Amino acid sequence: MINIVYRLKSPKFFEESIDEVDLDGVIVRPSHLSICQADQRYYQGSRPAEVLERKLPMALIHEGIGEVVFDSTGEFESGDKVVMIPNTPTGDDVCRANYSYKSKFRGSGFDGFTSDLIKFEPTRIVKIPDDFNPHVSAFIELISVAYQGISKFSELAVTPNDTLGVWGDGNLGFITALLLKEKFPKSDVMVFGKHMENLNLFSFADGVYQIHNVPDHVVVDHAFECVGSSASQSAIEQIIDLINPQGTINLFGVSEYPIPINTRMVLEKGLTIQGNSRSEREDFIGVVETLKENPKLFEHLEKLVTNVCEINSLNDLKEAFDKDYISKFGKTILKWNK
Amino acid sequence: MIFAAILAGGIGSRMGGTDTPKQFLTLGNKPVIIHTIEKFVINENIDKTIVLTPKNFINHTNHLIEEYIGANDDIIVIEGGETRNDTLMNSINYIDENFGIDDDSIILTHDSVRPFVTHRIIEDNIEAAKRYGACDTVIPATDTIVESVNGSTIESIPVRDYYYQGQTPQSFNIKKLFNLINSLTEAETNILTDACKIFTLKDEDVHLVHGEVTNIKITYPYDLKLANTILEDKND
Repeated sequence: MINIVYRLKSPKFFEESIDEVDLDGVIVRPSHLSICQADQRYYQGSRPAEVLERKLPMALIHEGIGEVVFDSTGEFESGDKVVMIPNTPTGDDVCRANYSYKSKFRGSGFDGFTSDLIKFEPTRIVKIPDDFNPHVSAFIELISVAYQGISKFSELAVTPNDTLGVWGDGNLGFITALLLKEKFPKSDVMVFGKHMENLNLFSFADGVYQIHNVPDHVVVDHAFECVGSSASQSAIEQIIDLINPQGTINLFGVSEYPIPINTRMVLEKGLTIQGNSRSEREDFIGVVETLKENPKLFEHLEKLVTNVCEINSLNDLKEAFDKDYISKFGKTILKWNK
Repeated sequence: MIFAAILAGGIGSRMGGTDTPKQFLTLGNKPVIIHTIEKFVINENIDKTIVLTPKNFINHTNHLIEEYIGANDDIIVIEGGETRNDTLMNSINYIDENFGIDDDSIILTHDSVRPFVTHRIIEDNIEAAKRYGACDTVIPATDTIVESVNGSTIESIPVRDYYYQGQTPQSFNIKKLFNLINSLTEAETNILTDACKIFTLKDEDVHLVHGEVTNIKITYPYDLKLANTILEDKND
């Protein structure tokens, strides 16, 4: 079957393209998509020129939900609402598939979700209930990244988790703090950020601090860095300063630049640093189950929905990216009518 | 019930240098017509897909379907007619005889040589045909349209904003279409070049569905060559 794919040809320029797909998997029609910083870096052309040259043209977007149109495997019904998994393993590995060199990732190594239809292996989609809020569900992928990081942290931590610190008052910081509070209700979740107007939204947290104004007595047992970019450096520095011995530092923030770390204090405190990126099927299932069990989480997560853009044309898609770029906080959701 | 009629009746007089009708030429790894049929077959809302071909291509079409799609009771190949409207009538008569036509029966008619039609366009056609009784898939005209009756001088230049280029599907409530066709005079029948015109002649509304610039009709060898080149580019 011929499929129409909307690819980023060069920064700020989308084009229609055609692709051929076989009907031997599950065919999904995307319904609600969500823009990630990684998409924005391609769109703005802020990735290195050689990366852009190698990867483009490519359809962007790796966060989204859709509806099953056709399934040759018989595992899904037409009309089933599903969340789409961008990580796509091509072979077995000894590590988790989201860290495997044998995995490809949509919207990074190959086409993302901006197309008329998308073909998946049945393991690459997870059914969601019909009554899930579609705007929040559009960024389940992002939630699953926090989820997998927290799962890994649970297996790693050796010291108590009475106080958990989250650095970063953006989307991932919000989600990570919320999931930590959900998973460890007895722990104090403290959020460290720069912008008071963002921090005010973390009403579920046990404490919020502006990074330049942290009282002397504040310490954390474990830390979650959700800052990214060059600002990761000062965040990690502050974490190393405030964290108790043998704590874990869980890194989530992506930076285009190498970040120096005070290894002397890492050694002295016996800290463990764990990197986190992307997520796998079990994390998506975990998030869907968590949301089913605690529908009130939707109320908090809805605060992240700052723009909802109807996409009927490539121009609408451009406008949505431009709007997202100037939004300081929250997610831009694309209602995909194209 | 909802039916799709894939109109493959033409013998492709414009596709120079080949004796094979253009819908049977290969695009990527499959014949054009198979790509087109697949778009309708995967749509859960469509109950039956009727493919109308010249009589001597019925067997060939059946073989292609079996080879590329597999045995499928929801795909039926029958003979088309002399003209586009005859072909349309053949499909309606077939539906009437085999499934019956009720107030909610809908038909989506689609050119077999438009394999780039999107799922969204098909869904919008079903929705519009249910709601309004008739719809046509169009895109805004991008070139200036000039009218010339004598073929040598311009009669008028209409305002481009009011003009659209027709694509397919064109979709209808079958009962409404059937009744309108039967009410046409012979003079009216003779000037019919387009199924939607049956509705406009009788002052019935035809709703517009937004098409896509990519939903092109493979008319010239260039179109197929271009499409194949784009496909190969990405596969390299």
